[in-house]
Parts: sequence; structure tokens; C-alpha cells
Amino acid sequence: MVELLLGFGLPGWLAWTVAALVSAALILNVIAVGALVFIWAERKVAARIQDRLGPTRTGGKFGWLQSLADGIKLLAKEDLMPDGADGLLFKIAPYVSFCASFCAFIALPFAFDVVAQRLNVGVFFVVAVLGLEVFGVILAGYASASKWSLFGAMREAAQVVSYEVPLGMCVVVPVMLAGTMDLVTIGEKQAGWFTNWYLFHDPFTFVIFWVYVTCAVASVNRAPFDLAEAESELVAGFHTEYSGLRWSFFFMAEYGSMFLVSGLAAVLFLGGWNGPVPLAELLGWSGRGGDTSAFLVYLVRLLGLVNLVGKATIGVLFMMWIRWTLPRLRIDQVMTTCLKYCTPIAAAMFAGAMVWQLLLPGGLLPGWGRPAGEIREGWLEGPGGSPVRVADRD
Amino acid sequence: MESLLAPSFVSGLAALAAGGAVCPPGLLLPTAAVNFHSLLFFLFAALACGFALGVVISDNVVRMALYLVFSLAATAGLFFLSGAEFVGAMQLMIYVGGTLVLLVFGVMLTAQAPFIEIRASASDRTLAAVAGASLLGLLLTAALSVDAWNAPGAGVIPDPSATPLGMAMVGLRVDDPPANAPVAGRAGYLLPFEIVSVHLLVVLVGAAYLARAKRRRTPRPIEALASAVAPASPPAAAARSGSSSALVGGTR
Repeated sequence: MVELLLGFGLPGWLAWTVAALVSAALILNVIAVGALVFIWAERKVAARIQDRLGPTRTGGKFGWLQSLADGIKLLAKEDLMPDGADGLLFKIAPYVSFCASFCAFIALPFAFDVVAQRLNVGVFFVVAVLGLEVFGVILAGYASASKWSLFGAMREAAQVVSYEVPLGMCVVVPVMLAGTMDLVTIGEKQAGWFTNWYLFHDPFTFVIFWVYVTCAVASVNRAPFDLAEAESELVAGFHTEYSGLRWSFFFMAEYGSMFLVSGLAAVLFLGGWNGPVPLAELLGWSGRGGDTSAFLVYLVRLLGLVNLVGKATIGVLFMMWIRWTLPRLRIDQVMTTCLKYCTPIAAAMFAGAMVWQLLLPGGLLPGWGRPAGEIREGWLEGPGGSPVRVADRD
Repeated sequence: MESLLAPSFVSGLAALAAGGAVCPPGLLLPTAAVNFHSLLFFLFAALACGFALGVVISDNVVRMALYLVFSLAATAGLFFLSGAEFVGAMQLMIYVGGTLVLLVFGVMLTAQAPFIEIRASASDRTLAAVAGASLLGLLLTAALSVDAWNAPGAGVIPDPSATPLGMAMVGLRVDDPPANAPVAGRAGYLLPFEIVSVHLLVVLVGAAYLARAKRRRTPRPIEALASAVAPASPPAAAARSGSSSALVGGTR
């Protein structure tokens, strides 16, 4: 994007500023608009699962404007703070949560090269920043001067810290297969037919994808792992004392994180922005041959963006589905799931995927789809035994 | 608290001192009217130092933890700015994420009302100031005396990649010497890496051993006998003692 702006003759500093501001605004809109849509979808999904209709009147036929009405209600609400609360921490906590959720989007690619900042350690960055969201929750629970809030925050902290371990192990497997932590390269390595997706790479990755799903749901505190806000036990958990706009920041962070872990799952396991059928490649629009026009390349990237957002939305809908289907676990069950099931399964699958990669580097059916290892970043043994750097795309 | 605040404070200032030499103006954008690299550097450095000062000045333990988080996050920003993306993400993961969650845990579980406010005495403050200032002076002289850091263009990585680091960890150095002229016998860091990982594994196993649930030492026959002797044994105890208790109940 900076190159494009520089091409228009803008001075360097202005191009950088504009590019940064546009990226920031787009990410902010992904979170805010995403939250609007997903809150409405959550109401509808919950209603349908419970054999109700959900919102039907606000804004016409399907209650389209329900979230907007909710937003106006939240804006108009009084901003309350308990007497015994620590004012500074109480006020700052929602922003900490929201910032963590926002920052993680910086490294998430939405299509090939459509990413705010292409980081070489993208996966690691996203996982690291996602873990910071818990800090806002802890602060909120502590600063509220309420026992319910504190208990909710403690549960959340224990849960998120525990689930980071299996989550990290699951994330490592696609990194190992791709040979890089760069999310753009990982996504691009799964181009071609859907059989190239890492989900279908081998049986171990198929299993570990479901471990990732479990850990992702737990790490964003969604039911059945929403111990931090268990309303039957803790009123509303860590956000008991919050109202109005501050509360909505927590909610936006939650929905942003849901979308983020779904997008991460899409990039890591589900082919990213590559559709199940390589349409662009079959039509010769992919831009890999170098003879396609700039317009077609942009069109393909737009399709890729639609693809990724679609996959991530399916992921979010899946989370809603299990939220309204499964009962909430107890805290000891949550810990058992993490430590006794997810972690050992993830470790075993990691080892299995490693062995598989060693024994069958080309996959079970070589020649089906594109061969793996085409755009690997790294060093391979060159002539005379000296390591030779292999470019990102060749 | 002194040991807690010293690293952040020093790392912030050391980064400020080192970074001033590392990032000569106009390196990224030679024709730029505003040098974003320097601007962002000073922004992050000021944030790191400001919040580090906040840690020192604040009396409330939890607020200190909050300021420490911000200070360490700003330091991570400095790492990202100088192209050390892996170190920056590590800083976020280990310091900001891991350590601070644990720290806040500890603070919240141990800090009762009388201990939540920490007021140092004047002598403590003086002592801390002298120790901190001397350490800072030492670090500043050390940082400014390295000639290589003052060379133009030093320290900015044109194509940041964590792959050489990973390759070095598994025993193949591709960064130094350059890839096309490898020197035999430079084996990377495979052995230290393995030693550290085994060490960490031992620590993990030890922690799990210490924190495990203690086994009940009560022998079962006595428990069964007790439930049989008791006139109205509670159902929970009967269920817990299992089949032997059911057997006793059957004979009664």
C-alpha cells in the first residue's frame, strides 16, 4: 500500500501515515462492524436453537438493526463505578482488553499480502498478544471491588494461562509444515485444491485442528468455557460492575477475539484465503504466471478476502452453535480438559505430524493438487553442501 | 519492589541510550520530511521510561503492576521498531504475558488491605536512588562506549526473519558467516538449546510433583469398618468407600 501511495507521488512520510491510518481504520471497522453483525447473529442463532424467533421487529424483517439499537441503549446508559473501586484501573481495564484484541489483528492477513503489517513471526505475535487480553479482565475483576468480579477474573486468568499451553502446541504444527511463522506464507502454501489445506495434510493435523478449536473457544472465554462470567454463579463475573460503553468495550474485545481465533484457524488449517477449488488458477488469473493484469490480481485478492472472512464467520457461527448447545463446564472440568486431554493429545499429534512429515514429505497422494514445498522460506542444501537461501515465492 | 522495578527501568533507559545510537535519522526514509523511525522511537522510549517512573513513584501494588506492563510493552515496541520482531514478540509473550499474569496473581492473592499500599521510608528511597543511579551510570557508559553501535546503519535489519535463529537453534548457522561461505565446525546452539530445554523440563516436572494433589493415606478396610460401625452412615461416605462398604451394608 505504501508503494501504491508513493506511486501517486506522495511524499514518503505522508504515504506512511496514510497507510498506517487506513490500516488502523480498517481493523477498527472489522472489530466494530463485526461485533454489530455477530451480536445480531448470536441473538438469531440462540433463538433458533431454542426454538424461538429472536429479534424480529427492529429495523424491518429480521431485526437487522437490533445491534444498533443495543448500541444506542449502551451509549445512553449511565456510566457507573462502585464506591470502593480503584478508579484508574477500573476505567482503564476495558481499553486494555480492547487494545490487545485490536493489536492482534495487525498481523492477521485477510488475503495474500492484505495485512496491516506482514510480520515474520506473525503466528507467534498473534498468540502472544491474544494472551494479553486476560490482563484487562484481571484488572477489571480486581478494580471492581466486588467478590464476584474477583472470582471471575481469577477463573479467567487460570483458564487462559492453562489453555495457552495446548494452544501453542496446536499452532506449532502448521508452522512446522510450512517452515515459517509468517502467516502470509503459511496461507499461500495451502493454495490449490482443498486437499492442500493443512487440515487434510495428514490424520494428525486433522485431529489437532479440533484440539485447536477447543483451546481457541476456551481462550476467548466462550461457553462451554465461560467460567469467568458464569451468570448462574457469579452474576456476570468480571464485568458485573460495568455498565454502558465500558461494558461494550469488553464485548467488542470478546467478539473481536472470536473472529481473530477463527481467522487464525482459517489461515493455519483451512487454506486461508484460498478457496476449496482454485478458481483463479483454473482461469489463469492467479498472477503467478506474471502475465495477468493488475485489475485481475486485485480481483483475486478481493475474492480471497471474501473467502477468509467467510471462513472466519463460519468459525464464529460454530462457536455460537456450541455455546447454545453445550452446558457450561465446572472449573475442575475445564482444567481437566486442558491438562489431561488437550495437552497430551496436542503433544502426541505434534510428534505424529513430525514423523509423518519425515516419512511422507509429499503427502499420501503425490501429484494431487500442487506439490508441497513450493514457496518455502528457509535454507536448503545447495551445490557443494553450502546452505542456499530459498526465496518466499519462486 | 525494588528488584521488581529495576529491570524495567534500566531496560527502558538502556534501550533509550542504545537506540539513540542504533537508529541514525533518515535511515528508513532518506527523503522524508518527518522521520517516523526517530519519532516512534522517542515515543516508545518516552512511554517506557515514563511508566517505569510510574512504577517507582506509585504506592499501590496493583497499579505498579499495571505500569510495569505498559513499560514492558513499550520496550517490546522498541524491539519491533528496530526490526527484532522475534525478540519483540518474545518480550510480549514472556514478560508482558506470562510474568505479569503470574505477578498479578501473586499480588492479588497475597496483598491484603494493610500491604496493598507500600510506602518506602526516606532512607530506603535514598538507598534505592543511589543504587539505581549508579547502575544506570554504569549501563549508560557501557552502552555508549561500544563503537559498533555508533556506526551508521548498525542494528537495523533490512529483512527481519526468525528463520536463521531457528536454524541456529537446531545446529545450522546461516547468518554468521554468510550463507555462501560457511565455516566448518560452527555448530550453532544445538547443545545449549537442548541443555536449557532439559533443564526446563526438570523444573516443570518438579513443579508438577510439588503441586500435585496429596494421596489419601487412610487404608480402605478401616474406612469401610467405620462406615459400618456408624449408625447412620452418610451416603457420600458410603459411595466414596466403594464396593467394600456396599458389601458391609449388604451383610448388615
